[in-house]
Parts: sequence; C-alpha cells; structure tokens
Amino acid sequence: MKIRLDQVVKTFDTFRAVHGVSLDIESGQLVALLGPSGSGKTTILRMVAGLEYADGGHIYFGDQDATDIPVRDRGVGFVFQHYALFPHMTVAENIAFGMKVSKTKRSKPEIATRVDELLRLVKLEGLDDRFPGQISGGQRQRVALARALAVDPKVLLLDEPFGALDANVRRDLRRWLREIHDELGITTLFVTHDQEEALDLADRVVILDQGRIVQEGTPAEVCRAPNSAFVMQFLGDANRISATVRDGQAYIGETVVDAPTSLDGPIDIYLRPGDVDWRPEGDGIPATVIRVLDRPGGRRVLANVEGGTALEFDVAPEMAVRSGQVGKLSIKRSRLYPA
Amino acid sequence: MTPTRRKPPRVGDGPIIRRLLIGTTLFFGAILVLAPLLVIAVEAFGQGLKAYAATIAHPDTRHAIFMTVATALIAVPVNTAFGLAAAWAITKFDFWGRRFLLVVIEIPFSISPIVAGVAYLFVYGLQGLFGPMLEAADIKILFALPGIVLASMFVTAPFVARELIPLMQAQGRDLEEAATSLGASGWRTFFSVTLPNVKWALLYGVVLCNARVMGEFGAVSVVSGNIRGQTNTLPLHIELLYHDYQAAGAFAAASILATLAVVTIIAKVALERRGAGRRPALAAVAKEQNAGTRP
Repeated sequence: MKIRLDQVVKTFDTFRAVHGVSLDIESGQLVALLGPSGSGKTTILRMVAGLEYADGGHIYFGDQDATDIPVRDRGVGFVFQHYALFPHMTVAENIAFGMKVSKTKRSKPEIATRVDELLRLVKLEGLDDRFPGQISGGQRQRVALARALAVDPKVLLLDEPFGALDANVRRDLRRWLREIHDELGITTLFVTHDQEEALDLADRVVILDQGRIVQEGTPAEVCRAPNSAFVMQFLGDANRISATVRDGQAYIGETVVDAPTSLDGPIDIYLRPGDVDWRPEGDGIPATVIRVLDRPGGRRVLANVEGGTALEFDVAPEMAVRSGQVGKLSIKRSRLYPA
Repeated sequence: MTPTRRKPPRVGDGPIIRRLLIGTTLFFGAILVLAPLLVIAVEAFGQGLKAYAATIAHPDTRHAIFMTVATALIAVPVNTAFGLAAAWAITKFDFWGRRFLLVVIEIPFSISPIVAGVAYLFVYGLQGLFGPMLEAADIKILFALPGIVLASMFVTAPFVARELIPLMQAQGRDLEEAATSLGASGWRTFFSVTLPNVKWALLYGVVLCNARVMGEFGAVSVVSGNIRGQTNTLPLHIELLYHDYQAAGAFAAASILATLAVVTIIAKVALERRGAGRRPALAAVAKEQNAGTRP
C-alpha cells in the first residue's frame, strides 16, 4: 500500500508540531522518520495511524483519502514504544485480540492457527501462555509486532520500536525486523531518534527538524551528501571549523587549504572523525592533542587546532599518540556550508 | 573465639527509643481503638444473647437496617458508575476544565458532611430552590429515602474516582490506543482492556465507598428528619436508642456497624494483597509490565 502525505499540518494548542509535511512512501518500502525529540516525527506517525488527526492537508492510502478514517477502520498495525501489551492477557491472547474484535468473523481454530503461525514468525514458539510481565523486553517487542501483524494491516507503523531495549538486543531485533519486512513486503514506517538504527534498517530515511522535512533519501544519499549543517551533525559525529573562503582557498587561521566550492566569504567546514589524517610533523593544520580515548576499533583523539577549535578524529589502533603532543592535520574530505 | 564486633546502631535503633515507640503505639492503639470496640461487644451482649436478638429483631431496628442497606444498594452503584466515568474522562481525554473537575471531585472529602446536609435542605427543602416545584409534583426528596441517598452520594462521591485516577493516569492511554488500532470498539476496549486492569482498585474504592455510605451520620441526619421506623438509618437509629437510655439496644445496633467495619477491613486487606490501594507499587507494576526498561 502506497502512502502519500500532502501538506500535513498539526498544531497542539499554540505549538505547531508539524508544518506542511509532504511525503511519498512507495508500496513495500521500509522508511525511517529520523529526527531529534520535538521534531514532529512521532506526531506524523500517529497521524498516519489515525491516533491524531491532521489539522490540515491529506493522508492517502493508495488512492483513498484516509485523512478522516478513524484508527479503528484504518487497517494499520501500530507498535508502541513501550509495547502496550495487555498485561492481563497471555501472549497468545494478546496476539489473538485483534482477530477476536475484528468485524470479519474468524472461527476459534482459525484464530489459533494464525496465532501459532505468528508465534513462529516472531520466533516465540512455546511462550504462548506466558504473561507480558513474565517475558523479556525484546520478547515483548516481538509479541507487540505479532499482535500488530495479526490483523493483516495495510501498513505497519512502529514508534521508536527499539528505544527501550539495550544495545545488543536492539541490534539483533533490528536485523530481524528487516528480515520480517523482506518476507512480508508490508509497507512500513518507523520513527527513531537513533541515526544508526535508521541507516541500518531503512530503504529511505526522512530527516526531520522542527516539524519540517530537511532531507530525504536512501541511507547512501543522506550520508554522502547531507544537504545542510544540521543533517551533517545529526547523522553522526562531526567537527566544525570556521574558515573564510577567497578564490577557492579556505583560510583557517594561518593555514590555507584548497576549498572546492562556489561559496565565498565565511564558511563552516564540517569533518567526520575519519576525514582527517594525523601526522606528527609535515604540512597541514597544526593541532595539539588534549586526550586520547581508546575504543575497540581504534583510537579517538581530542585535539585543539590553533584558534582554540576543538576537534575529534580517529587514528589507527597502533598509532602512538599521547596528550600534549603537537602535530599536523590534513583534511581528506570535508563538507562546506555557509556560516 | 571469634571476636564480636559491635556494630554502630542504625538511626532510631537504640533499644530505649525502640521500646518507647512501640510501647506508645500499642498503648494509644489499645485505648483509642481496641477499648471502644471491646466496650461495644461487652455492652451489646451484656444482657445476654436473648436481649441482643430482641433488640435486633425490633421493627424499628430492622427498618433502620433496611434503610441503610437500601441506601447503600443505590448510592454505591451510582457512585461507582460516576467514579469510573470521571476517572475515564480525566485520565483519557484532554478537555478544558479537566483540572477544575479534579478539584471538584475532591470537595466532599474536605467539606464537613453536615454542610452537605444543610445544602441539600436549601436545594430540595420547602423554602429551597426546587422545593415548591417538587411539592407541586408531589415528589418527596427530603425526609425520605431519596434525600438520604443523595446526601450519602455527595459524601462518598470521591471514593471510587480517587482510587482509579492515579492508577489510570499511570497506565496512560497506550493500552486503549493499542486496542482501538487493532479494531476494538469503545465498549469492547473498556470491558476487555481498561476494566480488567483497574478491577482491584475499583473494588477497593467500592468497599471504602460502601463502608462510608453505611456509616454516614452527619449529612444524613440533617436530611432524614430522624423519623423513627421511617427515615432512620442505622447510625441515626443508634443515636436515638442511646438518647432513649436504651444502652444495650444502642450497642447491639452498633455491633452490626462494627461487624461491617471488620468485614470491610478484611476485604480491604485482601484487595491490597492483590495490589489495589497501594498506588505507587501498583503504578510501578503497570509501568514495568508495559515498559520493561524505560529510558
């Protein structure tokens, strides 16, 4: 089912949470709404679900205008951040709930068969008569997904699906959700504030800030070509160096580097920690090491370039760096935005 | 030989303080609570089981018991429905005046019941707001069962709502939203999702509400008119017997209310074991069950 949002607006009291958002989600795609808290991503998701009504604009499911269809009849599967499992029902009863209350009548054996099928799909065979309080967070999340899928929704919506889980469970569930999505091919929209999660899981990433879409594209597109300083910073660790550009040359303090840009005047140079080469001496921007943080995959160096700008960059694990050391930085790649 | 190490005492753990505190508590518990209860039992049965049975069997006493039970049978279900509706409205919807409603529900807790009684006099009495209208229609509210029920309902209005609101607030709206998104109707959501999750708290509120309705004196005494054998409830009847110097009768009637109190306490303890009434603990359970580890 293709979903289309057309100029959707939502205002709470006096606070405008969503400003005219338009978005196309192709049938069968897995799309992430990514943004900091307060960016309106959950509000958008809840409007697609029908849990909130849009103050303006339209939401289409396929060719049908779904803007004013109540949640109950909208045919969406919604997975809540805190699962919202019914605590007084067993896992099997939770999964069967949607089928029991549905307008399309199903026989008891039919429901039981479907519950077994879903339990197998989410790999929870044998837990059918446990209560939500008796299973782990990851298992609860999988029950919540099975419950949402039980009613054959046209669209699957997930609100921070892994937000309440610890890092390892999170990574496993993420891969597993992708597998389920590939198996069922159901159009899926999920909300997250975790860039890694969005990039890992989604076909397309929609980045939001203050109720507006700032960029959308495949993970490769948004990673390789962030269209603003906000996206650059939001997607991962980024360093900012202020500089001035004149005739294709950037002046950083005393140092001059090539700047392949049409911009002129004051700019900000953004660098990922891996975009910089460090060497103890030679050409480059002079920097003083402040601290070295050791990580499993390498060493993160915190340094000050002249002028006092703090900078973080990664070096190979075997590189000998110590605090207080002075060396030179050369920029391998960077993104330039007007200051 | 193992050397015994003297541990420093914890705060308030000194033997003198401990004994003093326990002693004081037991002493006051005994003279404030236990002694009066004992007196009721002793006095009620003081003239033998036969006299006790005779007092209870007296038509006026039987009628007073009937009035009390009838009042409870009407007031408690109505207030339960009101409490559920109020708790639902306040916790699941956002509307203008929500906070004000919360405060209004609490008013009967802080107001003297006698004030409620007098207020009802002014509303339904002959010289009151609706008095002439009611008289013209030949509807008797004051000095009759309806007045007693209304006054009791006023006094006990907050009981059920007060138990439910904090719990339903802690549970949030997620469960209802989940049920609705799965296709459940409003009623279905209420009966299969909301009600099962608040049933112990609801029952707890009902038990407390019932105990208060049956024991209510002040408000009822103003609106009932104290007509022996007609508009007397059990508490009013006890007072009447006492003023008639029928001490044994008064204590016998009182023993019924005291028994009711004991039954209420047992029910309350049983419900608390189920998790009702201890709000923070219950809220934590509800949260934990749905959230796992909240960030």
